[in-house]
Amino acid sequence: MKFNDMVWGALLLVLGLVVLNDVRTYPSIPGQQYGPNAFPGLLAGLLIVCAVMLMVKGWRERSQHPWFEAGAWLQAPPQVRNFALTVGSLIFYVVAAEKIGFLICGSLILAALFWSLRVRAALIAPIAIISTLVIHAVFYKGLRVPLPWGVMPILY
Amino acid sequence: MTWTVFMQALGLVFDPYVLLVIFCSAIFGLFVGAIPGLTATMATALLVPVTFFMPPVPAVAAIVTATAMAIFSGDIPGALLRIPGTPASAAYTDEAYAMTLKGQAELALGAGLVFSALGGLFGTLVLIFMAPSLADIALKFSSFEYFWLVVLGLAGAVFIGNSSVLKASISLILGLLVACAGADNPGAYPRFTFGVTELNGGVSLIPMMVGMFAVSELLRFMVNLDPPMKIAVQKLGNVFAGMWDLLVKYKWALMRGNVLGVIIGIQPGSGADMAAWMSYAMSKKFSKEPEKFGTGHVEGIIEAGAANNSSLGGAWIPAIVFGIPGDSITAIAIGVLYLKNMNPGPTIFINNPENIYAIFFVFIIANIIMIPLGWLTIKLAVKILQVPRNILMPVILLFCIVGSFAINNTVFGVGTILVFGLAAFLLEENGFPVAPAILGVVLANMMEENFVTSLIKSDGSLTVFFTRPIAMWLAIFTFIIMFWPVFTWAWRKLRAPAAKIA
Repeated sequence: MKFNDMVWGALLLVLGLVVLNDVRTYPSIPGQQYGPNAFPGLLAGLLIVCAVMLMVKGWRERSQHPWFEAGAWLQAPPQVRNFALTVGSLIFYVVAAEKIGFLICGSLILAALFWSLRVRAALIAPIAIISTLVIHAVFYKGLRVPLPWGVMPILY
Repeated sequence: MTWTVFMQALGLVFDPYVLLVIFCSAIFGLFVGAIPGLTATMATALLVPVTFFMPPVPAVAAIVTATAMAIFSGDIPGALLRIPGTPASAAYTDEAYAMTLKGQAELALGAGLVFSALGGLFGTLVLIFMAPSLADIALKFSSFEYFWLVVLGLAGAVFIGNSSVLKASISLILGLLVACAGADNPGAYPRFTFGVTELNGGVSLIPMMVGMFAVSELLRFMVNLDPPMKIAVQKLGNVFAGMWDLLVKYKWALMRGNVLGVIIGIQPGSGADMAAWMSYAMSKKFSKEPEKFGTGHVEGIIEAGAANNSSLGGAWIPAIVFGIPGDSITAIAIGVLYLKNMNPGPTIFINNPENIYAIFFVFIIANIIMIPLGWLTIKLAVKILQVPRNILMPVILLFCIVGSFAINNTVFGVGTILVFGLAAFLLEENGFPVAPAILGVVLANMMEENFVTSLIKSDGSLTVFFTRPIAMWLAIFTFIIMFWPVFTWAWRKLRAPAAKIA
């Protein structure tokens, strides 16, 4: 998944300008010239310089590098599925872990990824559940991390 | 080091709990390093959430041990599969694989193991003798010198060894900007928080590192299109046979590797992988039989294998004395030192000397137990390489989730690993190196503090940054590093104006 440097440069330029605009509103330290705005302001300035240079580079190379190159993996359905499921798993955990609990959430994530990575069907459920239980035991019991139980009854 | 401190440090290390931690993280490091696709940096990042729950000495011990082991065991898949286990082994992977094809897998792996340990011990000795005396000098530094030291470190990370200096600079600035978030700044104003309370304390360092170095690598595995790996041998014999002869024959190669490794390690911004590349090139240059290089010749493996491990000790010198990391692994380690209230800097030798000497002992122990444990790993190598990665990787993802959750017990950490994992993945796909970003994140606070204090002290005048003697020299060094690419470019243009056809 490659973008032409022009695209990156433009994005970074916007970021630099947004930061520069944001730091103008910071209060100064009374009696001092330099406060919380000095350092990020300097960084934003440098970022803008670099972004412009990157845009120039991208513009010069526009014949060799198209605006967007998908790359080999984006054309391979299994790889795209693996990628989407990994990102989806993390989002799913953020949204659902508190409600349905770590054990169910973790097992589902593992099962989905095992399926996508072509683990033998008979092994998917047992390995997903056992691995989740082991990780739960290590962190919940061993390190006392309050992993959520959710809809499950508190087992130990 | 006084006698009491020495005994205290020994007591801290030879505690059953600490020894157990060292042992377990050694096994962990050897395993992770040996699996292609799991790097030494990732091993460190995965360990950090667990060390969060430990006292300072075992926490740092775990990281020191695991990285040393992972850097060695990266040689194993290099020799057997022609896939380097960690980037530090990439320099001599082809050489080691060629030896395996000639039926000399034992010799390649044995040399990797023995000379890694020797290189590691050499790096440790330099660390032990150099760090305290450098700290004495560093005690005299003011905010001006510290500002330049940080800039020097960051310049090294950007201007040395990156294919695109521009992209490395951008990566660095992004890291510095990310670290600006939160209220920990002069004036204590909450910057870039978007009204999110979790961001008032800044972006949590541990989830950020897990995202950048573990989740991004998992994503890369998920989209991997490489064909299945083939293991070149099924059985390995005695790896220690002939090692003594090699040691006698190549003692100078070993010393060169040791010294170059430490120097590269000390230089901020370049770590084990560059030490190995440069050392391999140097070995070929100085060798009596350069024509044998690339055909399965052990000399380069000895020199570069020693160099990548000795660079680890070297990288810890600026890390401990100034708080400036030499590479991404020490950047992570410095993050851990701060979390454990062992703030790096010259005063660490005054405030808690026993802790720092305990860490030195851990370095020695790690490099000694590397020999028996490494031998065991080589024995089991064929089995380890067959561990099904399609089961391992999802389990690591779940581990990352739990580890990032555990730091503040909120799912905000899980969101953080997602954002930084995706960002690091996208940036690397587009040729932006990630190492400068993590150095920026770790050093931003120190840089801003010394920058703003210096400006306030000098009433906004920039000349003071250059007039203090040590500050001036540091500034000169920084500018030499920064303009090095320009010098070499201009030199080449001047030398061969006709060769270039526009």
